[in-house]
Amino acid sequence: METYLGEKQQARQWSPYINNGGSCLAVAGDDFAVIASDTRMSLGYSIKTRYSTKYLKITEKCSIVSSGMQADIFTLHKVLKSRAQIYEQKHGKPMSTDAVAKLVSRLLYYRRFFPYYTFNIVAGVDEDGVGCVFSYDAIGTLERVKYSASGSGSSLIEPVLDNQVALKNRNDIKKEEFKLTKEYAIDLVKDAITSAGERDIYTGDFVEISVIDLNGTHEDKFELRFD
Amino acid sequence: MFRTQYDSDISIYSPEGRLYQIEYAMQAVAQGSTALGLKSKTHAVVVTLMRSSDELSSHQRKIFKVDGHMGIAISGLTADARVLLKFMRNETLHHKFVYGSDLPTGEVVSSLAMKSQRNTQRWGRRPYGVGLLVIGYDGDKTHLYQTSPSGNCFSYYAQAIGSRSQSARTYLEKNFKAFPELGLEELVLHGVKALKESSGKETLTKLNVGIAVVGKEQKFEILKPNKVQTYLDQILQTEGEIEIENENENEKDEAAETLELKLD
Repeated sequence: METYLGEKQQARQWSPYINNGGSCLAVAGDDFAVIASDTRMSLGYSIKTRYSTKYLKITEKCSIVSSGMQADIFTLHKVLKSRAQIYEQKHGKPMSTDAVAKLVSRLLYYRRFFPYYTFNIVAGVDEDGVGCVFSYDAIGTLERVKYSASGSGSSLIEPVLDNQVALKNRNDIKKEEFKLTKEYAIDLVKDAITSAGERDIYTGDFVEISVIDLNGTHEDKFELRFD
Repeated sequence: MFRTQYDSDISIYSPEGRLYQIEYAMQAVAQGSTALGLKSKTHAVVVTLMRSSDELSSHQRKIFKVDGHMGIAISGLTADARVLLKFMRNETLHHKFVYGSDLPTGEVVSSLAMKSQRNTQRWGRRPYGVGLLVIGYDGDKTHLYQTSPSGNCFSYYAQAIGSRSQSARTYLEKNFKAFPELGLEELVLHGVKALKESSGKETLTKLNVGIAVVGKEQKFEILKPNKVQTYLDQILQTEGEIEIENENENEKDEAAETLELKLD
């Protein structure tokens, strides 16, 4: 349909994708990793449910959190869980964190031409016991980093992690003097996601936080604002 | 006497209405080393005697995990067992993926029985030469099933298969009435004692005894050798026996003896 100015007007196309909101983050230390996600599931300006998990423990040493479309998150996690079991049955041992990271990347690229609307973060301890975080885009681009945030609150959380973990734009502390301890990382992650919950309407309700080290995974949950 | 005329193919009945090829397949199960299973109201246990062909080789594994709530002990052709294990793992994983719950043990055993039967009635196929003892915990109940090359499957309170299994079965028949109320430790002890009945001259060590448990709040777990040793120690304590050295020749003689007894 042409208007008097000559541009075409198009009817709204149906989209298979929706964004259910929510924030995820992870931070890696020398011998541990902390991973967290909120549990609010939204659609537009409504809350669909206050508890819908975005977190999956894959092995004792590795977990994943995903933000984006809940249907795709659910399916991706289901597929990942099955693949982890197949690996363990075939090789007689659980998947290493590096293997999980690569597998997630491949699973996502497999759907290159109809992607999973998921923004994933994989975190855990690698074969040497060193904490690691892997961040992805929707089609599986893989990068190992020290910290990462994804989801609706990522733009609020990422700068905080830049400042507090990578010590960017800090004049008050030197890199050599700073040691990222487990307690510091846990508090930081809690504060970061709580702060995101203050300003981002899609982040809130509950947070599932998990600390991974060579002894295994310790899971916890706490409340955020319900507004 | 007339057997040799009617045993050349799976599709030939004998005048007595028997399929000898299937019975020969079941003989292959009877040649494997002992595997036994028993269950209480809360737990199910399998105990196996793992053979090693000579001193240089490792002991042949007989217990395999199928899923978090289910596992099997095998007796017979290990290669055939691996095929059936792959099938069971696939079925349980598929069910978990599609329905989000544990596949009931009875259902997978039924599928397995159907699969086994197909091989007794198809051109060019032979029956699977392995018997399985399947233990599982689902629907708040423990399960113990035996499958055989014939495609039959039955549920048991306790059962033993493999060579010299009759001695173990006799022990289990004597004691099974008490099993339902027992705790895990006592149940495993009974299993090990039953295995001892059919171990003959072979010494039970933590290397050649396999134990696995599953039950309420207990995921299927194959016990580590050190844990196995604690049960063996308890048996020795109660019986106060002196162990005799394992002699391979004796074991071979006994196997040959069993063969002669079976052929009529």
